[in-house]
Amino acid sequence: MSDHRRPVLEITGLSSGYGQAKVLFDIDLTVGVEAVAVVGRNGMGKTTLCNTIMGLLPATAGSIKLDGVEVSGKKAYQVASAGAGYVPQGRRLFPSLSVDEHLEMLAKGTAGKRWTKDAVYGLFPRLTERRKVSGAALSGGEQQMLAIGRALLLNSRLIVMDEPSEGLAPTIVEQLVETCHTLVAEGHAVLLVEQNLSVATSVADRQLVMVSGRIETELTASELVNDADAQRRYLGVDSLKDGVS
Amino acid sequence: MTVTDVAPILRLSGVQMAFGGVQALRGVDFDVAQGERLAVLGPNGAGKTTLFNIIAGDFAPTVGKVWIGGRDVSTAPARLRPRLGVARTYQRTRLFSGLSVEDNLFLAIVGKEGGHLRLFRSKDDDELRRRARGAAGRVWLADKLSTVVDSLSHGEKRQLEVGMAMAVAPSLLMLDEPASGLSRGEREQLTEMLLGLEESVTLIVIEHDMDVALQVAERVIMMHDGLIVAEGTPDEIRANQMVHDIYLGSTFGNE
Repeated sequence: MSDHRRPVLEITGLSSGYGQAKVLFDIDLTVGVEAVAVVGRNGMGKTTLCNTIMGLLPATAGSIKLDGVEVSGKKAYQVASAGAGYVPQGRRLFPSLSVDEHLEMLAKGTAGKRWTKDAVYGLFPRLTERRKVSGAALSGGEQQMLAIGRALLLNSRLIVMDEPSEGLAPTIVEQLVETCHTLVAEGHAVLLVEQNLSVATSVADRQLVMVSGRIETELTASELVNDADAQRRYLGVDSLKDGVS
Repeated sequence: MTVTDVAPILRLSGVQMAFGGVQALRGVDFDVAQGERLAVLGPNGAGKTTLFNIIAGDFAPTVGKVWIGGRDVSTAPARLRPRLGVARTYQRTRLFSGLSVEDNLFLAIVGKEGGHLRLFRSKDDDELRRRARGAAGRVWLADKLSTVVDSLSHGEKRQLEVGMAMAVAPSLLMLDEPASGLSRGEREQLTEMLLGLEESVTLIVIEHDMDVALQVAERVIMMHDGLIVAEGTPDEIRANQMVHDIYLGSTFGNE
């Protein structure tokens, strides 16, 4: 298999969890130069999957290969330098650092690359207006833009985004979707966890549905959009409702 | 000002708020009538959450006044708001992470009732516990009563927060992006739940999901750079070109 065909992310038999609580069971997942969305109800293990890929949570079994290199068992910073950028849920910014300082930390070595500090400011002009403002004083949506910009600055092969549209105004969500398309067109792999179905299906054709820590099925975006029954079954709350009675 | 039978439950007059050099609000005026359903829209950084923080008493405005139920509460601290019937949620969830779902709801209700935390159970506790469990059912957490908040997913935490705000039977309910982090099905249920609120409850909601916001609201306020730049019914807001230009865009606000 030639190098450019090799999957950017290749996961086999992956399991993980928190202490005694097993959350992920035997996940197989391959992402090439494309966008893949992970959808599903709350509590199904989507964020745990992201955290395990990124080395923030140790895998208990299985393999995670990034550009052919095994990264399972590596620390988060090693996974990042192996070529994975992360937009975590909840943004995880430094409250006392300004917008510019957050970006400056990662700007070293980006000269001549696609994503530089200026390119991030170009993508989110609002951040330019707020360059000197500290993380704690940013609005929720501005924090989200900064978390996305920070991940882009790594110029990594793979970018993992955990609900990136959360808290963003509709116009900015549009830009986010365009940015994901741009990333793929420029040779990156995008793994997107998203509750907003129109965002998930606009970004990715492959929709992986997670149910109770497993990938239950894979649908195309149009299959998911047009299948009200699948939406109810995988994304709705009917089974929860039954429990309430 | 004349006092009439339609005196607003909430009135803001000339409210400004500065954080260091950042002028988050530049002079905001509006009234909300009792039972009204109001959505606050606006681009990121427009000042929506700051507006909530001022109404909720987290900050006193730098300039201007806030009245709730006819009382000037501009400088009254946040802890007095529950007694005025105000309950709110935060954009980022604020829960007791080591306690169970039921305990969080129970504490929310105890806080509203002005009771004290006791070492020993009283008879009243059983009633409050019952209400806590009922509140869990309204936000689809009835099967998670004994689950510790730490092990809830992000979306479940949001559901719990909305549940805690509703559990105290507020007269003014303020929700900051309640749909964010919820799945599509959960968003539909949230919408139904908000449409089913008792008529006397006043609702102010910040929300970027237009499916939720424009269904629930009777009136919409659009903020931009710390000012109210448009106001109207959901239909008027949908038809407003400026709102499209600075906020809705062409795709994701239009569904």
